[in-house]
Amino acid sequence: MSLQVALFFLFGIGAIASAIGTITRRNPVAAAVNLIVHFFMLAGLYLTLQAQFLAILQILVYAGAIMVLVVFVIMLLNLGNEEALREQFTLRKVLGAAIAAIFMLQLGVLFNASPSQRYLSPAAASLGTAESIGQALFTTYLFPFEAISLLLLAALVGAIILAKRKVE
Amino acid sequence: MNLHAVPFEWYLILAAVLFTIGAVGVVTRRNAIVVFMAIEMMLNSVNLVFISAAQFLGDINGQLFVLFVMAVAAGEAAIGLAIVLALFRNKRTVYVDEVNVLKW
Repeated sequence: MSLQVALFFLFGIGAIASAIGTITRRNPVAAAVNLIVHFFMLAGLYLTLQAQFLAILQILVYAGAIMVLVVFVIMLLNLGNEEALREQFTLRKVLGAAIAAIFMLQLGVLFNASPSQRYLSPAAASLGTAESIGQALFTTYLFPFEAISLLLLAALVGAIILAKRKVE
Repeated sequence: MNLHAVPFEWYLILAAVLFTIGAVGVVTRRNAIVVFMAIEMMLNSVNLVFISAAQFLGDINGQLFVLFVMAVAAGEAAIGLAIVLALFRNKRTVYVDEVNVLKW
């Protein structure tokens, strides 16, 4: 068993375990901490795929920026444990089970699928560097890149307007 | 089974499992912030598919898509949490089943 396979199992099982932890913890802070672990596990998986730039970005953007925001909001609202609904078999539980069943069916399809490329491309290591991503980002994807900056500005203004208190 | 390298399907299966967990979280949780975190989890599982496709097929485009998904997710986080804050300020609740102002 090579190092890549061992790390895949380590990070993969860690990612699944922390994902289950996120959606089962009653306390929102515990769920958030589980999600941070989940993001680190995904960054590790990106590293097994030799996408080192995106692995760092995953930690910076998700575990760094987004989760700080989430934890901050949880702290601001001072939430307690989530109480379960009184009904045992609510519509949402049935829906959740149905969606789980549908997506698990996809696993069966995937087991039978035979992708044309089963193993990492030899070019993979050079694709994951900041150099090659920057090259594509500032040439082929220049317009989407500028559009994203506009989107982030709009989100920034929208968030401020939504979150500020009304001044009479 | 050859265990010297991880085949493509394993990454896809792992991503499908993570997406499933996220989807179940979205429909089973009441707390809007936890629902939001489950949505982030689903976005991340799609990112994993994009990156593994890019690296297995030797095509950079998948990684660029992940970059854009991350930017949109960051914007979504700011807006979504601002909505939760505004909701809590007006209704004193973050439980999605107690919010029915749009229900006629």
